[in-house]
Amino acid sequence: MSDVITVKNLFKIFGDKPERAIESLKKGKTKDQILEEDKLVVGVQNINFSVREGETFVLMGLSGSGKSTLQRLVNRLHEPTSGEIIIKGTDIVKLNEKELRDFRRNNFCGMVFQNFAILPHRTVLGNVEFGLELQGVDKEQRQEKARKIIQQVGLKGNEDSYPSQLSGGMQQRVGLARGLAVDADILLMDEAFSALDPLIRREMQDELIELQSKMKKTILFVTHDLDEAFRIGDRIAIMKDGLIVQIGSAEEIISSPADDYVRAFVEDMDRAAVLSAGTIMQPAKEIAFTGDGPRTILRKMRKHGLSGILMTDSKRDLKGYLLANELADYIQKHQKKENLTLDKSLVHEASKVDEEMALSDVINVYHESDFGPIAVVDANNRLKGVIVRGAIIAALSEGYEIDTDNVSDSEATGNEDEKQSGDKASGDKAE
Amino acid sequence: MFPFRIPIRDWISDGVDYLVSEYAVVFDGFSEMVYFLVNNLKDGMMALHPVILIIIIAAITWYMAGWRVAVFAALGLLLSENIGLWQAFVETLALVLTAELLVMVVGLPLGVLASRRDGFNAFIRPILDLMQTMPAFVYLIPAVMFFGLGLVPGVVATFVFALPPLIRLTNLGIRQVPKELVEAADAFGATSNQKLFKVQIPVATPTIMAGVNQSIMLGLSMVVIAAMIGAGGLGADVLRGIQRLQVGQGFEAGLVVVIMAIILDRITAGFGRQQNPNE
Repeated sequence: MSDVITVKNLFKIFGDKPERAIESLKKGKTKDQILEEDKLVVGVQNINFSVREGETFVLMGLSGSGKSTLQRLVNRLHEPTSGEIIIKGTDIVKLNEKELRDFRRNNFCGMVFQNFAILPHRTVLGNVEFGLELQGVDKEQRQEKARKIIQQVGLKGNEDSYPSQLSGGMQQRVGLARGLAVDADILLMDEAFSALDPLIRREMQDELIELQSKMKKTILFVTHDLDEAFRIGDRIAIMKDGLIVQIGSAEEIISSPADDYVRAFVEDMDRAAVLSAGTIMQPAKEIAFTGDGPRTILRKMRKHGLSGILMTDSKRDLKGYLLANELADYIQKHQKKENLTLDKSLVHEASKVDEEMALSDVINVYHESDFGPIAVVDANNRLKGVIVRGAIIAALSEGYEIDTDNVSDSEATGNEDEKQSGDKASGDKAE
Repeated sequence: MFPFRIPIRDWISDGVDYLVSEYAVVFDGFSEMVYFLVNNLKDGMMALHPVILIIIIAAITWYMAGWRVAVFAALGLLLSENIGLWQAFVETLALVLTAELLVMVVGLPLGVLASRRDGFNAFIRPILDLMQTMPAFVYLIPAVMFFGLGLVPGVVATFVFALPPLIRLTNLGIRQVPKELVEAADAFGATSNQKLFKVQIPVATPTIMAGVNQSIMLGLSMVVIAAMIGAGGLGADVLRGIQRLQVGQGFEAGLVVVIMAIILDRITAGFGRQQNPNE
């Protein structure tokens, strides 16, 4: 996927002679020092990032972190002090007023605002066709398009209502529809759902995700809500004092926060909802292949002290799960047979989860599997790794950094063995 | 205290004399235009039978402000006719509407300009203060020198007094348009004119209409002063009543001014509401 928006070394300083502040920043002064000494407000500083085509990129930060400023720099509602903003190969900082206007018309789906910013004197239809009207699209054509979009965002039947007759959620649908009606592919959303009450907000987030899966716009979304950022963002940039502190996917940020600020931020997150099976799994230490004989498999298990083992074919397609005690009994029974093959009754169905599955759902599967190890597979049922109890606990524990190498090498392994031998012991007693 | 005196009075007197002698053609042309407007408006309204005009005004009132006000308007206008002040009513209405037309033609663009250019806003504010607070008689005399006695200086005096609120409220209304609405238009690549006519003016309309309403009200308060320099109408009747100590006659004319004020106020206030169906 190509980059649609690339921002390089971008600074925005508010006040007279802003160049002074850039000098001060280079000397290492902080935002507060510059405000005090130079009487200049640092909007954003030294920003570098790019947004890929069709991506939902979230700018996340508290108020005053510069996230809204940064968004308004991207379509040059704010003039940058220095730096480059390259959108589809054009450095928009260099455009003159008319070129900029044309560029916005052709490339931006306008903006969606926290307080909706829809026109009170126009009907829903009148608002949704607004962007097209500005582009000079003729009336019939633009209304047809607008009606189509109104239906898509679930406002059919309200075409002739005025904004004041609609609820907040519906008004924001109008705001969203107004952007989507325009034939452009970059949509800017500024705290778009922050003014809505939590249930509606959630609903709108889901709807955006669904619309986005069909429309594939490139979305730059500003929010102060980390849950929201993690829910809708493909990647998130966390901002503080006008700087980007970290850019990454939700999982990357949760599993390895760049600094204490980010760590403090993500501490309160519902980690189970964000982390996926793929992040917390570890490589299977040993697997049985469908071609292996029972004795080979048992030897593999003994070598690593395993009480159970996952079996795949040569293409790592998951086939099942074998238990050491059953295998040992089977070999005992058929001691004299030379070419002993595996009996089907020995192969149990393995508990498995998709690598995309959220940790909160993995926990349910874990319960149902009687707490045995869980196989993590991709969409084609290929084994990617395993999840054991230690990894789940580690991932859930607050502030714990998941270092997959660490987990698999020391703790988890210990836990796994301990747990499995425990299982076995209890299983023996039951028998 | 000072060894000299700043000759403001000479500057103004000389300036007025200069304008009167050098730009007579311009003032005459303006006079012609005002006469044309006022007389046509007045003759047009007088050509109708009072009942028909009353029905028309009541209908407009009904549409803009509801049936209660319409009933009031009809009764009030019938009363004016009954007490023999119909012609004076029409004359004053023609004068006020003409002055208001000029106020809108001049005031709206200036208000828009003031909202877009801080420099112009800073420049025009003291002038507006001056127009609103300078005692009317001070500029009534030069107005008579420019335009002669009669209707035109009356319209001009009304214009001067009624212009500031429209400029102020147009300026305010446009400045108060939520920033995000303008940003939304900008983000779509709107031109400056598109922003003005599709966003700023429509959204500011209730405030602008409040300005129109206020300027009409202020204009009506000038009718008596305008009558002093021969503008005629209801003001003349009030003035005659005062001069001859005929309290009753003065009161009648004053009452008709109030009736006209209420009708015009409700109509223009109604227009502000109509533009904003939210309320």
